[in-house]
Amino acid sequence: MENDIVLTMRGICKSFPNVKALDHVDFTLRKGKIHALMGENGAGKSTLIKVLTGVYTMDEGEIRIDGTDHPIMIRSPQEAQSYGISTVYQEITLCPNLTVAENMFIGRTPGKTVDWKTMEQRAGEQLENLGIPARPRQQLGSCSLAVQQMVAIARAVDTDCKVLILDEPTSSLDDTEVAMLFKLMRDLKERGVGIIFVTHFLEQVYEVSDQITVLRNGELVGEYEVKDLPQVELVAKMIGKDLEELSVIKKQERTEDQKQEILYEAEGLSSSESKPFDFHIAKGEVNGFTGLLGSGRSESVRAIFGADTVTGGKVTMKGKNVKISKPLDAMRSGIGYLPEDRKGDGIIADLSVRDNIILALQVIQGMGHPFSRAQAEAFADEYIKALEIKTASQETPVGSLSGGNQQKVILARWLLTHPDYLILDEPTRGIDVGTKTEIQKLVLKLAEEGMSITFISSEIEEMLRTCSRLIVMRDRNIVGELKGDDLTQDRVMRTIAGEGRMETAGALEKEGA
Amino acid sequence: MNKNKQSGFLANHSQLLIPLIAIVILVIFNLFRDPSFFSVSLASNNNGEPVLQGNLISILNGASELVILAMGMTLVTAASGGQDISVGALAAIAGSVFVKVLKGGPSISAFTVLLAVICCCIVAMIFGSFNGVLVSVFGIQPMIATLILFTCGRSIAYWINGGATPTVESPIINAIGSFIPGIPVPTPILIVILTGILFSVLFRLTTLRLYIQSVGINQRAARLNGINHVGIKLLAFMILGACCAIAGVIGVSRLSLINHETLLINIEMDAILAVAIGGNNLGGGKFRMIGSVLGAYAIQMLTITLYAMKVPSTDVKAYKAIVIIILVVMGSPVVKEAFDRYLKKFREKRETLAGKEAA
Repeated sequence: MENDIVLTMRGICKSFPNVKALDHVDFTLRKGKIHALMGENGAGKSTLIKVLTGVYTMDEGEIRIDGTDHPIMIRSPQEAQSYGISTVYQEITLCPNLTVAENMFIGRTPGKTVDWKTMEQRAGEQLENLGIPARPRQQLGSCSLAVQQMVAIARAVDTDCKVLILDEPTSSLDDTEVAMLFKLMRDLKERGVGIIFVTHFLEQVYEVSDQITVLRNGELVGEYEVKDLPQVELVAKMIGKDLEELSVIKKQERTEDQKQEILYEAEGLSSSESKPFDFHIAKGEVNGFTGLLGSGRSESVRAIFGADTVTGGKVTMKGKNVKISKPLDAMRSGIGYLPEDRKGDGIIADLSVRDNIILALQVIQGMGHPFSRAQAEAFADEYIKALEIKTASQETPVGSLSGGNQQKVILARWLLTHPDYLILDEPTRGIDVGTKTEIQKLVLKLAEEGMSITFISSEIEEMLRTCSRLIVMRDRNIVGELKGDDLTQDRVMRTIAGEGRMETAGALEKEGA
Repeated sequence: MNKNKQSGFLANHSQLLIPLIAIVILVIFNLFRDPSFFSVSLASNNNGEPVLQGNLISILNGASELVILAMGMTLVTAASGGQDISVGALAAIAGSVFVKVLKGGPSISAFTVLLAVICCCIVAMIFGSFNGVLVSVFGIQPMIATLILFTCGRSIAYWINGGATPTVESPIINAIGSFIPGIPVPTPILIVILTGILFSVLFRLTTLRLYIQSVGINQRAARLNGINHVGIKLLAFMILGACCAIAGVIGVSRLSLINHETLLINIEMDAILAVAIGGNNLGGGKFRMIGSVLGAYAIQMLTITLYAMKVPSTDVKAYKAIVIIILVVMGSPVVKEAFDRYLKKFREKRETLAGKEAA
């Protein structure tokens, strides 16, 4: 073992029913390094993290940690903690209604009684030490998300921490906040903490990381030094061969969409959640909204569908003026919408697969015209077969299906309404790679048949593969539109970030001053 | 094949298991105690009309108001994820309106009774929509929203008839409250059956069931699929209002008078309990109305059994509570899960045994 290694994982395997989530994965973390763990959704990143933190127990493999000379078994998060492995998850898991100090020491106050004074003093020292702009007695909920995130980190590193895992820590932060967080990460790195950084944002990886480990389909692709791996190669490694295959399908379709008629057009459309914007889509076109999380891309499509309160704008569909102020209006005009939050906005978990599939068409049909049982069964059957939905029966509650199959059920729901225009917001998030490719292929096939589709995904690669036009958003404004030869990873990244790196660097300086 | 079907039946109807078990146990218990407990006899009443008599009939008859309210309560529970505790008070208002309209005419005829029923239904549905608006538009928790009417409902009922407890003597009212001449089955039982049929027709001809369940399980998703969740909740409360009116009319007709203080007093808790015993999730979502109906009959059977055992009426509530604790614990998710695990193990054992035999 090299001297500076804090953690090695060798030949880690973990299976779930139907899927091998990790297949002999190796991972090495060095002291004082930030190590990015990369891969598309479903690549096995979170499974690996969960094995390491004791949420899952591995089926096979060996974990060694600095300071212990035999392989260790991690059976629970508490045990992981005792080995010096701390995790900060994507969603903040602290209590917003307690103070910062209370949050830092909750559940591990020394002794039976709480010594408030000592606790607050220690919290204060720790915060100052790490340069976190929060006061110990401040209520956590009153801090910005970034500061809350940093308090969570402070809590994690307070104990004798060797390995700090940051699982998508930046997904709900803006640029300035990200810069603050990175400063803290570099500080911790100086102190010799090994940091595992899981994120979707490629730019950020290149900004702070030292090494990168790439996973794909539960297998290890390789470990690389950041300086030796250009961004494009990283993406290629994350995606695998699929890229070329799909780009061939698209090239054919892209040449002929020039003089298509406009299907949907909005002028100055705005909602309670989005600023006014203009937008149009042609018949058979696949376009997409892109931008960082919170850039307003989901809010824009929600405005199109009438999902938020529409506050203004002129909308035409097939050349006719239409008023879309609620989802039912949109549905009646031939628009379908697969929402970003599958669990919260999409599935009706306790209802059967059948009821979930027929729901939208049934609502369009009207309350007084229920489908007969036989009709509903026929509809469900058709789409369960067409989309290869894996379910025990039509009666199975949709909530008990896997994420990918739940997503297919919602797709089936909208395909059943035969929409002219289908909006897909993050249809491939959190589902397995196989289903993901299926959905991408389906999108292209539907477009070929004349359906217009707006596609949103956090993975730019995926959007490049499916869309012939990209609308780029930043801070709730449309900042660019890319098509044709401009549709490259690099161009998209640059447009999204504006002067990306410089902005972040500027923010960092401001923060330091 | 046959076995598969059986397990399928169990899976589909496991929700009804608890009320059915409760009823079966009560039946067996009563038969042990008194083999003739459930005997039904055909007797004549004072007017020489043939009528059915016996404990079974009085259970079915006595439960009528509760069953009707439980049906409406099921919908409100499913759609809003909460309960309406004002049903007793609302039934008193409806009953008062019913009497007020009857008293308004010169004499009580079939027409005035029909008019009175329609009037009290409309009034009850208006009050129901008051509850519904508080819940669906203002987002107040159902129990808090309906607490208002629970508190003031009987005062409103008092004002309607100027504080009096007028009697309404008429053969028609008598017929509603007890027997229609020539038909030996008590009329309230017939009204319950009619209400049940109305609901099943409603569910067959409209998508109400799908909509209510969707709203109850995931309101946001329901909205994004074009369902008007405000309207659906409002509708559920209005339907419950109509149920209150029917229950109020039965209650008034039984005694031929309105006593706004005692009419269907405390029935709201039994109605909620019936929904719970029927295996419906009080947090809303999927529902089986038949479960609530069975639950209501189980509660009534328990009450009648206790009275038949000469338990003093002051003690009845305590005994009832014991039985209810048992039922509710039996129906709890923890017990259900344990039961499912046991069933699975049992099945696996059987399969391995069968496998060995085959080998």
